[in-house]
Amino acid sequence: MKKSVFLGALTVASIAAGASAAATLDDVKARGKLNCGVTTGLVGFAAPDANGKWEGFDVGVCRAVAAAVLGDANAVEFVPTTGKTRFTALASGEVDMLARNTTWTLSRDVDLKFDFVGVNYYDGQGFLVSKEMGVSSAKDLDGATVCIQTGTTTELNLADFFRANNISYEPVPIETNAEGQQQYLAGACDTYTTDASGLAATRATFEDPSAHVVLPEIISKEPLGPLVRHGDNEWGDIVRWTLNALISAEELGITSTNIGELSAAPGDNPEINRMLGTEGNLGEMLGLDADWAKRAIMAGGNYGELFAKNIGESTPIALARGLNAQWKDGGLIYSPPFR
Amino acid sequence: MSDMSYVRSEMLPERAPPASSVGIVGWARQNLFNGVGNSILTVLALILLWIVVSRLVPWFFSPTWNSASLNECREIVGTGHGHGGGGACWGVIRDRWQQLLFGFYPEAERWRTVLAFALLFVALIPVLFNMISRRMNWVLLLAVLGLAALYLGGALGIIVGLALIAAAGFVGFKALSTSKEDRAAEIEAGAKRLPNPLIFSAIFPFVAPWLLWGGSIWLPIGAALGFVVGYIAFRYLTPIVGSLAGLIIAVLATVIWWLVLTGGFASIMSSIIPIGLEPVESRNFGGFMLSITIGVVAIACSLPIGIVLALGRQSDLLIVKALCVGFIEFIRGVPLITLLFVASTLLNIFMPPGTNFDIILRVLIMVTLFAAAYMAEVIRGGLAALPTGQYEAADALGLDYWKAQRLIIMPQALKISIPGIVSTFIGVFKDTVLVSIIGLLDPLGLTNAIRADVAWNGLVWELYGFIAFMFFVFCFSMSRYSMYLERRLRTDHR
Amino acid sequence: MTTITDPHQGQFRLSMLLYDSRYRSMTIQIVALIGFLMLLGWLLSNTAQNLADLGKEPSFRFMFEPAGYDINQRLLEYDSQDTHLRASLMGLLNTLLVAVLGCIAATIIGVVIGVLRLSPNWIISRLSAVYVEGFRNVPVLLWIVFIMAILIETLPQPRAFRSGDATMSFWESVAVTNRGVYIPEPLFSRSLGDVHVFGASSLRFDVSLDLLALLAVLIAGILTSVLIKRRADATQEATGVRPRTWHWRLGVVVVPFLVVMGILGFYLGYPELKGFNFRGGTHLRNSLIALWLALSLYTGAFIAEIVRAGILAVSKGQTEAAGALGLRPNRTMSLVILPQALRVIIPPLISNYLNLTKNSSLAIAVGYMDITGTLGGITMNQTGRELETVLLLMLVYLAISLTISAVMNWYNESVKLKER
Repeated sequence: MKKSVFLGALTVASIAAGASAAATLDDVKARGKLNCGVTTGLVGFAAPDANGKWEGFDVGVCRAVAAAVLGDANAVEFVPTTGKTRFTALASGEVDMLARNTTWTLSRDVDLKFDFVGVNYYDGQGFLVSKEMGVSSAKDLDGATVCIQTGTTTELNLADFFRANNISYEPVPIETNAEGQQQYLAGACDTYTTDASGLAATRATFEDPSAHVVLPEIISKEPLGPLVRHGDNEWGDIVRWTLNALISAEELGITSTNIGELSAAPGDNPEINRMLGTEGNLGEMLGLDADWAKRAIMAGGNYGELFAKNIGESTPIALARGLNAQWKDGGLIYSPPFR
Repeated sequence: MSDMSYVRSEMLPERAPPASSVGIVGWARQNLFNGVGNSILTVLALILLWIVVSRLVPWFFSPTWNSASLNECREIVGTGHGHGGGGACWGVIRDRWQQLLFGFYPEAERWRTVLAFALLFVALIPVLFNMISRRMNWVLLLAVLGLAALYLGGALGIIVGLALIAAAGFVGFKALSTSKEDRAAEIEAGAKRLPNPLIFSAIFPFVAPWLLWGGSIWLPIGAALGFVVGYIAFRYLTPIVGSLAGLIIAVLATVIWWLVLTGGFASIMSSIIPIGLEPVESRNFGGFMLSITIGVVAIACSLPIGIVLALGRQSDLLIVKALCVGFIEFIRGVPLITLLFVASTLLNIFMPPGTNFDIILRVLIMVTLFAAAYMAEVIRGGLAALPTGQYEAADALGLDYWKAQRLIIMPQALKISIPGIVSTFIGVFKDTVLVSIIGLLDPLGLTNAIRADVAWNGLVWELYGFIAFMFFVFCFSMSRYSMYLERRLRTDHR
Repeated sequence: MTTITDPHQGQFRLSMLLYDSRYRSMTIQIVALIGFLMLLGWLLSNTAQNLADLGKEPSFRFMFEPAGYDINQRLLEYDSQDTHLRASLMGLLNTLLVAVLGCIAATIIGVVIGVLRLSPNWIISRLSAVYVEGFRNVPVLLWIVFIMAILIETLPQPRAFRSGDATMSFWESVAVTNRGVYIPEPLFSRSLGDVHVFGASSLRFDVSLDLLALLAVLIAGILTSVLIKRRADATQEATGVRPRTWHWRLGVVVVPFLVVMGILGFYLGYPELKGFNFRGGTHLRNSLIALWLALSLYTGAFIAEIVRAGILAVSKGQTEAAGALGLRPNRTMSLVILPQALRVIIPPLISNYLNLTKNSSLAIAVGYMDITGTLGGITMNQTGRELETVLLLMLVYLAISLTISAVMNWYNESVKLKER
């Protein structure tokens, strides 16, 4: 067994040699699969089902990129990463992109040498407490025991917040969301803090969600978005504009149901035409074909559809659009024009 | 007076023992209540047992096998699940047991993993047990292959499967119906002996990776041919250039064959005769299958490395010894988790720029190095346990170092080391759960992924319990086996 | 008689490097060394190249930057503005703490269970066997998360103490909650204060003078006690009568200690429920307890087997011979059985202590902030310095392991059978 495994390793190594040197787009096309880094499991954002099929909001972005580039929304290898392994996985070329609730910060962008291509979810760190505690503000939490997930920006924000308000707390670091939920429900911590979306998702699965409340303070800005390696701008553009296509599609009213007829022939709206490739050559500029955006949108629907299907109000997670509404509806989701 | 005797001339019939010393009462008095201290201990133990059992049993027997989500469970067993009340929610095991066993291995190909592990047992039997006869071993092999062919179905599969099983039955019947002496007489008279089952054990290391990872059959064949190339080179060059140079050239030839020519050979052959299995990327490995694969591959690969390290540590070549000791003590001095950090974050940095291979292969490399250090110590123990007379006898026969090792020392040392090797394997197998910390989806890692499903969010005990039970079954049976071996080996040496 | 043939005196040929045993070992060693150096050089050059490509220069400067995160269990004073180096130091101390506690508890559990397994009481020996097999055959990581889950789910939360659903045990002095156990802490009302060592550097620490004073008195007492024992021994040697000294020996240790405690104004600070949590007292966190329990129960199962094997290895004849010499049973145990059993027990015990220490790195699974959690966890994450942190982490563990095995090997030498 020794020899052939070694051989297998060698062949894999030789096949993949020069992978990160060449353009990522060519690699992905040659491989026929997109390697996409996701979490090991976060309700609504990325989790495998009983058949091993990954589902979720972040997964939707991966599938859209795969559809745009390879023409097949299922041509994705999902690589589960932890908070610790995600950046090395991307830097070493093990994954082509990371679509994992990762906060866009200066040091990650500059020091760790990554490019955040956009924001697919505007989040902020909040606190979940049970109603019977009678706490109405995070500033009342003096002396409380706080569960935090390690390996994220959360613990830094938390330390800053309590220091700025000069109140004491007892941090209980936890590895996974499931553990945090368990500790919080059993009362081993007074409050559980992580991204507000995660809190809402966690709360939704409680036996009695109405007994718990997310405090009004949001103590940080957490713009979450997909990221790629620094230096391969062509690939970064593709991921960026695929995300933008999903966002624009919602703004322009293109859904997975009406896209068939909209893309059949040029319509009245020139931007729709340009995006769907019935007019102009935007796809060619990206190094893709004319139908790329159409396939990306058909993979899982536009941004709004993805949101509604995975984390929206009709799902058990029941997140409101809030900041993540289109800019026309008072949110921050905004795509540069397709021109 | 002469017929008067003070000594009884016949025995009195035995009287029944007092009621308090026979039966359950007697047994209990003897084993549970002999003395105050023991009685107190017994009562305490019984109370403890009752507390545990009375809580576990109602929880365990809860009618939730068919539930589709945690909420359904809660409806069935009432609220308070997971907080001391209610019952277990077994629906999650029904829903996800396949994932816990096979991970993301494609469903249509899962028979390959089962076959690979069944064959593993067949291949290990002649190595580890002496009790099964050569013929029964072949019966087992034929039966396993036959069942696999039947499972695959199709006209060809059924025919081949039936034929193999019939052959197995025939050989088995012959084996059972002829006694040992008759068989010996038959062989004497010219009947052919069945080939040694160790042949299959030698082929297995090439079959198993092919079954698990799939791809063209010519790659494992090419790899196996490397040994043939080396052997031929050794055989024909030794008379010309001498044994040591012959050996060196043979090893070089083998390595060159593997590194340079195997790929070409495999691609040419597979373009001529394309036989192969659907390739499965190791990324799709998960669950117990991943644990077992890591454990078995690491132990199999670490054995030769461990032998070399153990010999190096025992040798009187100073530099070689220092290198081996340094390696062994370094690996044994750091926790496995740091080596896994190396696998997940650093190994790619150590490789030439642009190299990038699978996280599972990287983990395999690091776990193999880890196991090799422990294996080296186990084998060193085996070498130390050999009486010095064996070394001296080998010297007296005029054998050189390698011949002495190959013919005298290693066979005995390895045999003594088998229990140690098995316990190293148990240790490595248990340690494979650590890969969940670096994000691989082994059983423990999968619990996290499963709990991220809205339907099962909030479950704890059922998943952990199932995994713990599975590990217990594997490890306990292996440790029993290792104890059996120890007993057997001890009698051998008396 | 063997005759030694003179070595071949011919001129040097290249093939002699391989075939002449005088040169062969040299050749092999040099080839091995060159191979090793080449491998090392290859790895290093790859690393340098890769790091250059990534734009990360290896440097340990990040260790002196503010860590920015809090650590709940800190044995020395620390806050989020301290450096990564100090955070790692906190982690190291936590690792050592759980390792020492674990080794002690595992030894106690192992000895007790090992003896109970040999008990004639059927149910006790069966239960011990179930314990040993159950713990040995399930991965320790699973036990850690399991025990953590049990602690969290079954113990009362602090809130329950307010409503009266749960009460403190041991005369209102100990609170067992699902956030950990709060026990009274020793305090001094007339404290001598602390000495600050290393000023404001990352390695600074305080030494409590109270503790130093108590320690000094204790050591002096024990030394005096030893002196008294020596004199008693001498008297026994000379006259054959052993004077009664136990009350003196106890007195010189205990009385001065109590006096100093009184002078310092010793009292216990009890935990009290205030706000969200208990305040005051010493807080043994759940993560520590879970890790400690799991590691010691797991390792204890292995030690139990070692102890059992050790006791079984001493043949019955030894006990009988000791009895024949007229030794009392407890003297038999301490003079005959134990020294011989220890010789069998200690070498595997060392490797189990090492394993326990290394397994303590799994603390990360329950959020215990040991060195893997701080240096190898949050620091690695926040700084993105994988190479440096993993290297430091390995060196730290290597140093701990080598120290333990050196100490234990030294002890092993001292109890080893002196073969003559």
